[in-house]
Amino acid sequence: MEAKKTSKNGVVTMATRVSINSISKNFGVVQALKNVSLKINDGEVVGLVGENGAGKSTLLKVISGNIHADSGTFAIGDEIKTFSSISDATRSGIAMVYQEQSLLPNMSVAENIFLGIEGDAKKFGMFSPKRIRQKTIDYLNRVSVKVDPKSITENHSFGTRQMIEIAKAIAEYSGKSPILLLDEPTSVLSKSEIETLFTVIGKIKHNTSVVFVSHRLEEVLTISDRVYVMRDGQVVAEIDPKTVSVDELFKLMVGRELSKSYFQEELTNKPIDEKLLEIKNLTGPGFENVVLDLKIGEIVSILGLQDSGRENLGRVIFGALPKSDGRMMLSGKLFNAGSTARAVSNGIGYVPSERKTEGIILAMDVGDNLTIAHPENATNYGFLSPGKIMQLFDKWASQLELKAPSSRTSIKSLSGGNQQKVVLAKWLMDTNLKLLILDTPTRGLDVGAKTEIYRILRELAKKGIGIILLADSLEEGIFMSHRVLTMKDGKVTGEFVSTPENRPERTTLLQGIL
Amino acid sequence: MFNLLKNEKKRFTSTGLPIPALVALLIICVFTSTQSPQFLTIENFNAIADQAAITLIIACGLTFVILMGSIDLSIQGIIAASAMSVSLLIANDRTNFSLGNGVFIVGIGIGATIGLLAGIAVTLIRIPSFIVTIATWNFGLGIGYMLFGGGQQPGIQDKEFIGLGIETYLGLTKIVWIAIAVAALSFMIQRYTIFGRYAYVIGGSEETALLSGINVKKFRILAFIFSGATSGLAGTLLASKMSIGAVNSGEGLLFLTVSSVVIGGTLLNGGRGGILHSVIGVLIMTTIYIAMILLDVSSFFQKIVQGLVVLIVVVIASWKQRKPLRTVL
Repeated sequence: MEAKKTSKNGVVTMATRVSINSISKNFGVVQALKNVSLKINDGEVVGLVGENGAGKSTLLKVISGNIHADSGTFAIGDEIKTFSSISDATRSGIAMVYQEQSLLPNMSVAENIFLGIEGDAKKFGMFSPKRIRQKTIDYLNRVSVKVDPKSITENHSFGTRQMIEIAKAIAEYSGKSPILLLDEPTSVLSKSEIETLFTVIGKIKHNTSVVFVSHRLEEVLTISDRVYVMRDGQVVAEIDPKTVSVDELFKLMVGRELSKSYFQEELTNKPIDEKLLEIKNLTGPGFENVVLDLKIGEIVSILGLQDSGRENLGRVIFGALPKSDGRMMLSGKLFNAGSTARAVSNGIGYVPSERKTEGIILAMDVGDNLTIAHPENATNYGFLSPGKIMQLFDKWASQLELKAPSSRTSIKSLSGGNQQKVVLAKWLMDTNLKLLILDTPTRGLDVGAKTEIYRILRELAKKGIGIILLADSLEEGIFMSHRVLTMKDGKVTGEFVSTPENRPERTTLLQGIL
Repeated sequence: MFNLLKNEKKRFTSTGLPIPALVALLIICVFTSTQSPQFLTIENFNAIADQAAITLIIACGLTFVILMGSIDLSIQGIIAASAMSVSLLIANDRTNFSLGNGVFIVGIGIGATIGLLAGIAVTLIRIPSFIVTIATWNFGLGIGYMLFGGGQQPGIQDKEFIGLGIETYLGLTKIVWIAIAVAALSFMIQRYTIFGRYAYVIGGSEETALLSGINVKKFRILAFIFSGATSGLAGTLLASKMSIGAVNSGEGLLFLTVSSVVIGGTLLNGGRGGILHSVIGVLIMTTIYIAMILLDVSSFFQKIVQGLVVLIVVVIASWKQRKPLRTVL
């Protein structure tokens, strides 16, 4: 064990599997990676942390051969490599376990594990079902999963599928020692599943190198032997997890003290003591018996994992999904959206998580996207007026500091932050707007854009708009809201008041989520 | 001024200008005119216009359905129903009945109603438009056969009605003027109405449309109604052109219109293209047809050539648009 440690001055005391030297990658004007160097040693778990947009995913894609670096070198062992495709990387033993799983849902577990390496299961040139079965069980054992190899993949839980995916990666390198790239493997797992995953990593570590990407800092510190911290496309620190605390790691990651200015705390308002939204025992797909009150000008954030039900809760309030039971009151009147059109005409807006496929129309221009939800603002006698669209653009561009040359610019050419401002503006132009539901609105945005979105949300609250924020991170949930709700398995597990003087503890919140 | 022009260029993100299709059309025209001296004559252009008119009318309606990412295959069925109804309701040799110009309302109304049924089935019952409109196609044919009832095809006797395809106004037949009016109206709808904008939004991402509070079902149904109405109008005009009521008046028009729309550059998955594209697409298909007659292509080969040209032009016209589809990891 002690042989695996890297000493402070960077001297490596054991065999290096992968070494990356000053790799850079640009996407248009965005510099996604700047002179990144790192090493992955044999039998080591390397943690990689950074905010969304820090460059973690791009770095993984370079290592796995998904994209080419613009400059820099890449060596496996002593051999300099230039990967031109995933299959090259695969041949060198690098396997990416994707966030969105890559297993074929309609096929059996065994077929998935042998996908692409069917040759291993042949006997005398024919598939041997017995051999496939035996080998599959063998691989599954290594990741401590007990499922029938013949069972259909989609019938297994997310956690089990993730293990099957790891088994698949190991199967591809039977006999060799692979390098597994795990991209946020825990983000959708339950507490017990995370424990299983960590046990499995410990078990396969003797002949496998693991790169572990996560923004849950506690986990990274627990599982990793060494941690790289990324910020703005650069590796800003390499740390020993034994000597660093979560708070210190977070500061390294965001590059500043958890400061008041990041979350625009000085703009905090006091909600008006009048109920805007009352939800009683609301039940819908994936959640039940939710009770939630929202005052005028109040920001309530909801924290929870992917299957916590918070996303569907937001969608039911907006009428994008049907409720099955419960009652909703909007401004004191009984309200059931039923359809998004009715929700919008009642002054509700919704900012979805998937900006590019659900928030905007990529093929259209900024002006068109701006007026999607409330085109009546841009018409003369019922006909769309290009002049009015331009006026609306000018107005909102200056109010939200939207950086776009004109309303006729293709929205595709805008940065994520500016695209998100267009999505916000399409709701803000509704003079009747009362309630805004936002599903992880800052996901994938850079730090500057995040701060601007926070400022806009604070100003909306000040104007008396109620905000339900499905926060992207614990910090966002804690610092952006007047109240925090935690959800788990479709139920509200806790409610905490959050004021600048008295913020809820990270650990308390995590208990409600995991 | 310069800035305005620059902006105007950027404006066409989803609607765009059908430049590739326009180039293809020019190439076809130049090629044919070098091979046949008759091509560059007024008579020939009139022939192209006459030939293109009815295809264009249908293509205009179809464009909105395709922009939304659906398809309408019921064209020939609607034409059968409307052509038969119209020929029996105007002065003819089988019934003692004449509605005069009222038959336009009947023809268009039949098309709109069948379109409404298709729209309801697609949006409320959630059956894919491909299947629904195959069903309404047969439904329309069935109405046509029922009205026909065997025996002799009804001959239309209303002189004014038959004259629509013969009498000219400013050098063009009235049918051509009707087609131009439909195309101009459709372009205005596409450009200046919320329905027109939403066709792109729904085709671009139905999810975004729904999550922006757009009543997607309503606009989809409207598109099917409009598409049905244009087919109904086409059936009415075909009855005038043929001066008889025939169930098979629309034969071959499904291929012509769908390929025209696609050749023009409107993507079948929706969200890109538009009326201008379809106008050019219709002109390409019609010019190829006329060129083959001028160049004396044997009628046995005409269909093969037509099929090949459709493939080639689609590849050229949407090479750039389809780039993402070709890029595989």
